[in-house]
Amino acid sequence: MAREQKQPRKSTRDETATDEVVETDVAERKEVIDDDVDAILDEIDEVLETNAEDFVKSFIQKGGQ
Amino acid sequence: MLDAQRLASQPPATAQIVLYKNNTDNKGASYGAHENFLMRRSTPFADIVRHLTPFFVSRRVVCGAGRVGIGRDGREHGFQISQRADYFEVEVGLETTLKRPIINTRDEPHADPEKYRRLHVIIGDANLAEVSTYLKVGTTALVLAMIEDKFITTDPAVSGSVASLRAVSHDPTLKHLLTMHDGRTMTAVQLQMEYLDLARKFVDDRLGDDADAQTVDVLARWESVLTRLEHDPMQCAGELDWVAKLKLLQQYRDRDDLDWDDAKLHLIDLQYADIRPDKGLYAKLVAAGRIERLLDDASVEDAMHDPPEDTRAYFRGRCPEKYAEHVAAASRDSVIFDLPGRESLQRVPTIDPLRGSKAHVGALLDECDTALDPVARLTR
Repeated sequence: MAREQKQPRKSTRDETATDEVVETDVAERKEVIDDDVDAILDEIDEVLETNAEDFVKSFIQKGGQ
Repeated sequence: MLDAQRLASQPPATAQIVLYKNNTDNKGASYGAHENFLMRRSTPFADIVRHLTPFFVSRRVVCGAGRVGIGRDGREHGFQISQRADYFEVEVGLETTLKRPIINTRDEPHADPEKYRRLHVIIGDANLAEVSTYLKVGTTALVLAMIEDKFITTDPAVSGSVASLRAVSHDPTLKHLLTMHDGRTMTAVQLQMEYLDLARKFVDDRLGDDADAQTVDVLARWESVLTRLEHDPMQCAGELDWVAKLKLLQQYRDRDDLDWDDAKLHLIDLQYADIRPDKGLYAKLVAAGRIERLLDDASVEDAMHDPPEDTRAYFRGRCPEKYAEHVAAASRDSVIFDLPGRESLQRVPTIDPLRGSKAHVGALLDECDTALDPVARLTR
């Protein structure tokens, strides 16, 4: 399945703000959080089973309580 | 389990074996993660049903494991809090694989049945997050203690328990309102807070300053988690399975623009529960410091080999270790010895769960190099 890469999220920075200092802070913090999220997703991308559809389809339980 | 899986997958095995700690294949089958609690026989079963049912209906906001898919076969698309909720059909019953009941009546205490009953709980999810497991067992034990001591005088019954159980699970925003028999409405988190308030009063009243550190810690964590769940569930992503899983799924949805029916999200749900440290997503989140642990690896390893010291499990665990050649069998309620010079097998009953502790038999086992003496002294 092709993965669509979303545009980097910069919208916070582009918005006009009345309080510039606070706005910059928020934007910077959001960038840090975004980097953080990307890092963990990249790490998980590496270990995810390759064919999601086949894998999910073949996961079948017989019996059990 | 991890070692067993690795051994079973070595040649000449032709296929690799992988274990998943979850509760459903999303194709109609569900398998349990049962809890068992020892209770006083004298406690009326009706009291257990009355006070535990609303607790179980609401408990999954703390200890749900999270699931992609709604309905027994996952036909509807979406995320829900619990793995097990959709597989429960009745309020009370003996079954465990069909017509599953919220309160299960199986009762083999493996102890003196005059004194004890076993409460067999089949409704829990298989948790990986240690805080989820800790709170699941700790808060349930507190509620059962209150029931045994007849401390709960209110009647917190929820209308339509089975439907409510599912409705709570199907709403990860935690806004679903339960209707109580007395006409009040409240969220599952608020209902849990009622149990928390009662438990605080119970511990204050019965134990006061003598409350043990673990009980105090369970109360504090329970309150902390509920307070944050009410404010913003995502604040618990570092502690609770369902929130950790939902956060990860949401991040994938945002990045890759995925709908809930996407196979990749179902895969993430399954692989969260893969117990291999290099493949399991829960393990990856822990390794990245995103999920809190309560134990370290060394104490987990120790618990695999060393029995707990404060119950009969101590005696049962030490005997095969120390007197391997003379132990013929060991079960919950006895250890059976095959001793040289004795024609018949010698059975040491361990019917009282609190005897056979380290305090009780530790010194005896330490000083006897063969099983002859301990058996003679314990069966006298």
